[in-house]
Formats: sequence, C-alpha cells, structure tokens
Amino acid sequence: MSHDRGGEADPRIGAAVALADDALVLGHRLSEWCGKAPFLEEDLAMANTALDFLGRARLLYGCAERLGGRNEDEYAYLRDAPEFTNLLIYELPDADFAAVCARQFLVDAFDVLYFPQLAASAETGLAEIARKAAKEAAYHRRHSSQWMLQLGDGTADSHERLQAALDDVWGYHWELFDNSPLERPLIAAGILPDRQALRDPWQEAVAATLAQATLRLPSSKWRVDGGRAGIHTEHLGFMLAEMQHLPRAYPGGRW
Amino acid sequence: MSLLEAETPEYAARARLRRQSGCRPLYDLLDAVRDPELPELSIWDLGVLQEVRQKGDAVQVFVTPTYSGCSALDLIRQDMIACLNAAGFVDVQVAERLNPPWTTELLSRRARAQLRQGGVAPPDRAGVRCPLCGSAEVAQVSAFGATACKALYRCNACREPFDHFKALR
Repeated sequence: MSHDRGGEADPRIGAAVALADDALVLGHRLSEWCGKAPFLEEDLAMANTALDFLGRARLLYGCAERLGGRNEDEYAYLRDAPEFTNLLIYELPDADFAAVCARQFLVDAFDVLYFPQLAASAETGLAEIARKAAKEAAYHRRHSSQWMLQLGDGTADSHERLQAALDDVWGYHWELFDNSPLERPLIAAGILPDRQALRDPWQEAVAATLAQATLRLPSSKWRVDGGRAGIHTEHLGFMLAEMQHLPRAYPGGRW
Repeated sequence: MSLLEAETPEYAARARLRRQSGCRPLYDLLDAVRDPELPELSIWDLGVLQEVRQKGDAVQVFVTPTYSGCSALDLIRQDMIACLNAAGFVDVQVAERLNPPWTTELLSRRARAQLRQGGVAPPDRAGVRCPLCGSAEVAQVSAFGATACKALYRCNACREPFDHFKALR
C-alpha cells in the first residue's frame, strides 16, 4: 500500500480522514482504560466516551468514502503509522490516570469550540457529523472538568500528579491549533473552521478551570508536531500493532 | 404526572409526518421493532425511526443513531429488515440519516412512561425524579451508565439506585 497521507485528489477526503484518525486513535486509547480505571463507574465512563469517539471516527470515514475515498476498514486496519494523520496528542499512551484526565480535558475543551463551528460547514456530510459530535463533546467536557477539580483540588499527591501530567502533555497541544496545508484551502472555502482562531478562547476556558482546580497553566514553550504529515511518536506503531492484529492476521475475515 | 405530560413539538412533528404518510401500515409493522438495549421501547417511540417510504415494491427506511457510537444500530437494521421481510416486503433498504440529529426531545410521551415503568428515569426538563417513588431528592452516582444513553443515579428518599435516560438537547 502506498504511503499517500490522505493525498486523494479531493482535499475534503483527506480532511475527513484526518478528523476520523483523531477520533479513532483517541477512542482506542480510551478503550484501553476499560477495566483499569480507578473504579467501576469510571470504567463505564471510559468505555462510553471511547464508543462516542469510535462512532465519530466511523461516521467520518463513511463521509470520506462517500466523497470517493476508501472504506472504513481499509482506513482503520490496513494503513501503517506514516499514513495515519491524527494529531500526536491523541496517540500518547497514558501511563497514569492523571495523564488520561489531563489530555481528555484539553481535547474536550478544544472539541466544544471546534465542532459547533464545523457544524456550520459548507460540506453537509461534515456538518451533520459535527452537530452530533458537538453535543457529545459538551458531555465529555463536563466529565473531564470534574476530574480536573477533583484531582487538582484533591490530595497533595493527586494535585502533584495531575500538574505533572498537564506539564507533560502541554507541548503536544499546540498542534491542535495548526492549520495544515491540506486544511487551509478548505478553511477559505468555508468547509473547515480556522483552528488558529480557537487558540485564545481555548486558553481562556482552560485557564479558568485550572484556576478553579488550583492548578497552574503550563508556561513551557516547547512543542512537538508532525501528526498531520504522518510523522508520529513511536507509540502509534505499537497501538496499531494491537488494534490491527486480527484483520491483518485474517484478511477479510468475518464473524 | 405522566397524564398531564404533553408531547414535545419535535415528537409532534414526527407524528404528523407518520399520519400524513402514504405508508402508515409499514410504520405500524415497524412498531414491533424494539431497541435491543431498552426492549420496552419501540424504535419509533425512541426517535430512531425517522421515516418510511415506499416506491412500488421497494421500501426505504431512514434511521438515525442516538449517539455516534450507538452499537445497537446494526441490530436494529437487521430487525427492521426481518420484520418487513416477514410481512412480505422483500426489497427493503435501511439508510442512516444524521439530519435532524437525534435528541431526547424526539421521544414520545409513551416512551417516557415506558421508561419510568421499566425503572428508568426519563429525561425531564423539570429535573430527574426517582422512577420508583417519584422523589426529586436524587443524586448522580455516575455520569455514564451501562449504555451511552444512560447515567447512574441514587434516590435519597427510597434509597434505591436507578438509571436515568440522559437528556440530550
């Protein structure tokens, strides 16, 4: 299979696949926590949230297919890491529960700004998916904000671990606000929202919750990027090895 | 309480579409198809069944998922096809339609009553009430439950735990 990073003729396909990759990879990461969360209700929360993201990914791959792309299984199971165009923040493994909470809070705060705007997209297929995603993101954000308050303003240990997790993930958040070369013409055409314009309102919202949670907004300037260009962390390959094992071992298998 | 409850404008619009449809018998047949995770509810009352169309022998059914990751939709599709096949309709197509997006405002009054009877607190603008004793003295145990559409609650009056069908508007 060629390493065409969403490089189909129609840029809308690449854009839908990129958003689908974001949702699929995050959904898979969240699903890894089912059975390992601190308590049963949180296992349910993780699995439910993971399902929302997997569902979002399927809808977006479906949108790409209708625009002339491949089918969802080919996208999910038959591409290697360099062909995935998800942003790096979604693929990071979560060594600590604080890490999953910190990442989820930052990306939920992004989603509640991004998807209501995408819901006004000139591309009907994307707009319809975004309307559903926006409603779900609002629910996710309530949950992840709760964890910020509970752990940030909790014990000395929980505060310290959550602050460390925020500091660790911070360098990966910048990429959320980059408009990739593929996205730029679509932004001009009213198909995608301008990510850059969301940075200030996002930081304002994040800072407000962190202040309430007695946490510090990280001030570091280092940044890592490359996801939209298919340049990934070493973690994605391991994740895909597990996620894709069955369809690759039994091509075309059905049950 | 439930006797005084009115249908939502969203449900009323759906009901009108069904009443004015040329294929009302097909809607009636599909009333037998239930949500696999909430078997007391028909997919019509739940708002998942949007529209039925018939052109000659071909039947087209439009459904919408509750949540993006609704895992019941594949089964619902199979059940609908089987239901219409059994009634002699061989050419049945089920298509997914996201517009208008599903919300709990699409639920019928009957769905809310059936949820309550099944021990699930329905979405209610006035606030969550215990489906067993009717008390409003309730507390959320978990924002997420056994399925995407439910949250876990506890009643502080009768002390019973219960599911709440989350309001999504």
